[in-house]
Amino acid sequence: MGRYVARRLLQMIPVFLGSTMLVFAMMYALPGDPVRALAGEQTVDPAQIAAMKHKLGLDLPLWHQYWNYLTGLFHWDFGTEIASGRPVADTIADAFPITIRLALFAFLFTVIVGISMGVFAGLKADTLRDRGLLILTLLLISVPSFVLGFLGQYLFAFQLGWVDPNVSAEANWSELFLPAVVLGSLSLAYVARLTRTSVAENLRADYMRTAVAKGLPRRRVVGVHLMRNSMIPVVTFLGTDLGALLGGAVVTEGIFNVQGVGRAVFGALQHREGATVVGIVTLIVIVYLVTSLLVDLLYAVLDPRIRYA
Amino acid sequence: MPETLKETTPDPTVEATAAPVPAAAAGKPRSLWSDAWHDLRRSPLFVVSAILIVFLLVMAVFPGLFTGADPRYADLAHHYLQKPKWGNFFQEDWFGYDIQGRSIYARVVYGARASIMVAVVVTVLVTVLGTVVGMLAGYFGGWIDTILSRVTDIFFGVPFILGAMVVLTSFAERHIWVVILALAFLGWTQIARVARGSVLTIKQADYVMAAKALGASTTRILLRHILPNAIAPVIVVATIALGGYISAEATLSFLGIGLAEPTVSWGVDISSGQEQLRNAAFVLIIPSVMVSITVLAFIMLGDAVRNALDPKLR
Repeated sequence: MGRYVARRLLQMIPVFLGSTMLVFAMMYALPGDPVRALAGEQTVDPAQIAAMKHKLGLDLPLWHQYWNYLTGLFHWDFGTEIASGRPVADTIADAFPITIRLALFAFLFTVIVGISMGVFAGLKADTLRDRGLLILTLLLISVPSFVLGFLGQYLFAFQLGWVDPNVSAEANWSELFLPAVVLGSLSLAYVARLTRTSVAENLRADYMRTAVAKGLPRRRVVGVHLMRNSMIPVVTFLGTDLGALLGGAVVTEGIFNVQGVGRAVFGALQHREGATVVGIVTLIVIVYLVTSLLVDLLYAVLDPRIRYA
Repeated sequence: MPETLKETTPDPTVEATAAPVPAAAAGKPRSLWSDAWHDLRRSPLFVVSAILIVFLLVMAVFPGLFTGADPRYADLAHHYLQKPKWGNFFQEDWFGYDIQGRSIYARVVYGARASIMVAVVVTVLVTVLGTVVGMLAGYFGGWIDTILSRVTDIFFGVPFILGAMVVLTSFAERHIWVVILALAFLGWTQIARVARGSVLTIKQADYVMAAKALGASTTRILLRHILPNAIAPVIVVATIALGGYISAEATLSFLGIGLAEPTVSWGVDISSGQEQLRNAAFVLIIPSVMVSITVLAFIMLGDAVRNALDPKLR
């Protein structure tokens, strides 16, 4: 087990370096010069721009800039924003907790509602309620999340007036309910379908017949024997899902005006603030890598036959 | 998809794996593909989605058949945000007019081309690239597999929409091909993983061993034996992903970094419609419904194809 975790952590290093380098390279291939943009319409002495770039380390070759960035990361230095002079770490510290809250909320919604729906349908496969769920999930998958966001906003905020169309700067849990449901809806559909297929298949398994024949109460048969065996494909999906939710939050945050990383990235892209974009994507990649490791370790908990050498 | 399935001639190598199902009429075993086609024709899911897709493809290729109106003609004086006239089927004012007085019906019809073209070309690109990478990694194993799998992991780790945003901002002009390349650049990893997994199981098969023992070249083994047998799950994933790319194009255009005016696309129209959500929601809702119907059609097709190719999952 310990050796497996160590090997997986070592394997993460090249993936982490590769992903950040990819985003770093893309960011620095952007046209436009953020330093020149500082001066706006005024004419500036090229020497001044060169001096400024030298100070920020932007005149170094790409590999050197990346090296400086990486070494900075090890003492939590995410770089500095060019226009404001504000440390990127501060921007991230402001925006990241809000997005994490939104994504976790969406994740919980996905897990609880998705799995319940899947079990509900899977226990009675090919009945009316199963067909109903299938149609509902198809609809959720087909409607893009930003359309769902607008429809939710139109219906619940503008027509019914139940919620505020915009989320305030505090972004408390009740305000985040609608954005989280919108963000989680696509994953919800996938989780419900995976659970449904898995449950319907495992219902026919020998151990289920044995459990029923032993006279175990139905609650235990379904809740323990069936669920534990049906969760592996669902857990696999959920492992990559939290990272995807963080990335997908860009769209949801735009619609509901949530002050999270989505808006921070969007603004940074428009102002060519490379360090901010790379910093946020780096954190999302780390979350993704860690959750996928946790999921692999969860396999052994769910199915003791799986052993890690 | 149905065309490719139909044209695949029964291949002796395919027949060997596809646990021969006794066909009632012909009395001889059918191949995996002809068996799948036999099932597909009887699946209501397939028939409905195929009709929808053919309809959308005709709309994308010959928009003139559906409307005589010009999607770029704007008449502010008469048609500013004019409400839809639901009774006027296929007329210029059927779906009303947008903020610039352009016929929403005409724009929805002409928008099909950009949206569907992006999705289809991206799907073809990612399928080819992903299959090649996955097949090489799965078949050769060893250090080739290690390198290709890590590269796949790297691209898989970058969040899709966020990554596409970064790629797209680096282009000054957002031509349709730029959007296609950005989506394909980040989208191939899923296919590569599926193809690799599929090849890993196929390469253990007896007929691959037999081909090797008979001295077949690596190219021949890969193309004649591995590829036709490993491609089924790839096709299923690609069909479902196609719907996702329609949605992704609309999302990026909505964010203002995908396609842009004067290109007519559903995403562009949804993006401009969000400004009037409060007083004229139909401007946003109508192209959104078109996107959703198209995505739905392709996902249903993917489901139908999967059911036909892998009856176990039904």
